[in-house]
Amino acid sequence: MAVIAEPIAKPASRFRFILDRRDVLGAVFVAPAILYVLLLVGVPFLMAVYYSVSAYTIYDPSWRFVGLANFEQIIEDPVFLQTLSNTFIFTFGSQILGLILGKFGALVLLRPFPGRKFVRALIILPWAVPVALATVAWQWMFDSLYSVINWTLIALGFITREQAPNWLGNPDLAMVSVIVVNAWRFFPFAIVIFLAGITAIPQDVLDAATVDGAGFWRRNYQIIVPMILPIVAIGLIFGIVFTFTDLSIVFLMTMGGPIGATSVLGYKGFQTGIISGDVSHGAAISLFMLPVLLVVVVAMLRFIRRREI
Amino acid sequence: MAAVITRDIVKKFGEVSAVNGISLAVPNGEFMVLLGPSGCGKTTFLRIICGLEKQTSGDLLIGGDIVNDIPPRARGVAMMFQSYGLYPHFTVRHNIAFPLKTQGIPRAEIDKKVEWASQLLGIGHLLDRRPRQLSGGERQRVALARALVREPTALLLDEPLSNLDAKLRASARLEIKQFQQRVGVTTIYVTHDQVEAMGMGDRIAVIDGGRVRQVGTPAEIYDDPADRFVATFVGTPPMNIVAKNGGYLGFRPENFLPKDMIDDGAFTEFSFRVDRSEYLGSERIVYGALEGFDSSQVITAKLPPAHVAEESIRPGEWHPFAVRNGVMRYFDKDGKRASRH
Repeated sequence: MAVIAEPIAKPASRFRFILDRRDVLGAVFVAPAILYVLLLVGVPFLMAVYYSVSAYTIYDPSWRFVGLANFEQIIEDPVFLQTLSNTFIFTFGSQILGLILGKFGALVLLRPFPGRKFVRALIILPWAVPVALATVAWQWMFDSLYSVINWTLIALGFITREQAPNWLGNPDLAMVSVIVVNAWRFFPFAIVIFLAGITAIPQDVLDAATVDGAGFWRRNYQIIVPMILPIVAIGLIFGIVFTFTDLSIVFLMTMGGPIGATSVLGYKGFQTGIISGDVSHGAAISLFMLPVLLVVVVAMLRFIRRREI
Repeated sequence: MAAVITRDIVKKFGEVSAVNGISLAVPNGEFMVLLGPSGCGKTTFLRIICGLEKQTSGDLLIGGDIVNDIPPRARGVAMMFQSYGLYPHFTVRHNIAFPLKTQGIPRAEIDKKVEWASQLLGIGHLLDRRPRQLSGGERQRVALARALVREPTALLLDEPLSNLDAKLRASARLEIKQFQQRVGVTTIYVTHDQVEAMGMGDRIAVIDGGRVRQVGTPAEIYDDPADRFVATFVGTPPMNIVAKNGGYLGFRPENFLPKDMIDDGAFTEFSFRVDRSEYLGSERIVYGALEGFDSSQVITAKLPPAHVAEESIRPGEWHPFAVRNGVMRYFDKDGKRASRH
C-alpha cells in the first residue's frame, strides 16, 4: 500500500510558526538593542537633563528646579570657556594629525613589502592597547626628568640639556602632548578607513589617471582623496564624537593641567559633577557637548550625502 | 600620431609568462585589432604599450623612439578601459578635460578642445552630468572623448564594447570605426569578439598563448588562416578540420555544400551523414559526420536555406556533399598551414 505523508496530526496552534514571521522575528532580535539604548543611554541622558536644571549636589540632594541658572553661571565662567575652546583644539588637532598619519600609513601599507602582514598587525596596537596602559607609557616619555624624547633630542645635538622642554608642565606643550597621544590612538583606525576606501576604488580608474598623465600627487589629491572622502568622513564622525566626549587621556596624563590648559568638557564635567559633587553644574557642562556634536554630525552627514557618487 | 612598433616583447609575472615575444608593427593611422581568447596576453600587451606594465624584455617604439623607460604620462598614448575608468566624482566636462589639465594646457584651449571632442561624439548636452547619471552607451562615448581629446600618439582600446548590450554594440562598432577614420589616429583595439575584429580592423593580429599566430587583413585571416588555431578561432561556426594522411584538411562550413549545388570546377566529394539541422532564418546550419573519417567529430555545413531541397539534408541519412578544391585548406601535422599534401 502506498504511504502518503500525513498532514501534521494535531491542528497547529496559531503560535506554532510565530518565529517564521519576519515582523515578529525582527522585533525579537531588535528588542535587546532598543532596550539597551533606552536604559543605558536614554535614562541617564534624561537624568542629566533634569540635573542640569535642578540644584542637586551630593551635599544637598534636593530636586529643586532652578531653570537655566546653572547654564548661565557656567557660561559666565572664563575657565569653562577655556575648557570649551580646549575641547575644540584637542578634538580637531588630534583628528587632523591622525588623518594625516592614517593617509600616509595606508599608502605605505598598500604596497607589498616583506613583513607587511606583521607590520599591519603591529600598527593596530595603539588602538588595541588599553588606554590607561598606553597613556602611562606616554607619560614617562613626556616626563620632565626622564623623557626619552628629550634624551634623544639632546643625544642628537638638536637641543642642550637646559633647553629640554617640559612637555607636561608648559601649557602649550601639554596640549600638544595630549593631542599627539590621542592622534596616536586614532591613527590605526584612520589607516583602516583609508585602506578600505582606497582598495574599493576600481583599478581602471587609477590606471586611467596614470595614462591620462597624472603623477603621484595629482592621482592622490584629485582622484583618490575625493573618491574616498565620503568613507573618510564617516570615520571622522566617529573620531570627532569619541574625542569630543573623551576624558581618559587628559585624566590620566595631565588632570586637565597645568592650570586648566588641557581641561576638556568631558574632564571638566567629571571633575565638577563627580569629584566635587556639584552634580547639577557637572550635568550642565556635559550637556554642552550635545548641540555642538549635533551640528557637526548633521553637517558632515549632509556633506557625505552631497558627495555620494 | 605615430607608428607603434614592438620588438620581441616578453612579460613574465614570476614564473608565468603572459606575453611570449610579440613583435608587431602598427603603421601610422592603422586600426589594428588584437584578437584572442581570454588570458592570451592581449590585455597585458596593451598595458605594456601604454606603460602601466613594464615588459620583462624587448623594445617598444612609439613614433620611432624607444620608450621602454618613459613613464605613461610622457608617452602620449590614450587608453580606453573595459569599464571605461571614468572619474565618478567629476562631471563629464571635467572628465574629458582631465588629460589636458595634467599637461598644463591653458584653460581657454582646454575649453575649446573639450567642446571639439564632445561635439565629435555628440555628448555636448551631457557635459554637466556625472558618470553615474549616464547610460552605458553614453559612458562609452565620454571615455572615447576623454581618450581622443588630447590627440594621442596612439589610441588603445581594451574591449571597449563588452559592457554594452548587443544592439548598442553594433552601432558603437560603427561609430568607433568612423571616428578613428575621421581622426586618423593609430589605434590598437583588443577584443575576443571576432565580429568586432573582422568588422573594424584594417588588420588583425590573432594572439594565443602570448604569441602572435597571424597578422593580416580580415580577409587573409579568414580565407588563409596560418594555422589550425586561427582557422578554428575565427568564423562561426568554426572551420571544419579533419585528419587526413598525417595532416589536416580544413574547409569552412559555408563551403561545404550538397553536391548538386556545385555545378562546375574541381571539387572533393564527401559522404555526409546529417544528424541535425537548425533553421536560423538567413541560413541553415547542418550538423553531422563524414564517412571515412572519425565519426565522433561533428562537421558543420552552413547552407543558404532557400536553395536547399529538404530531401538533400534529411537527418539520419547519408548525402553526397562536396567542397570546391580552391577553398580547401591544408595543414601539416603540427597544425601549420601547408600548400598541399
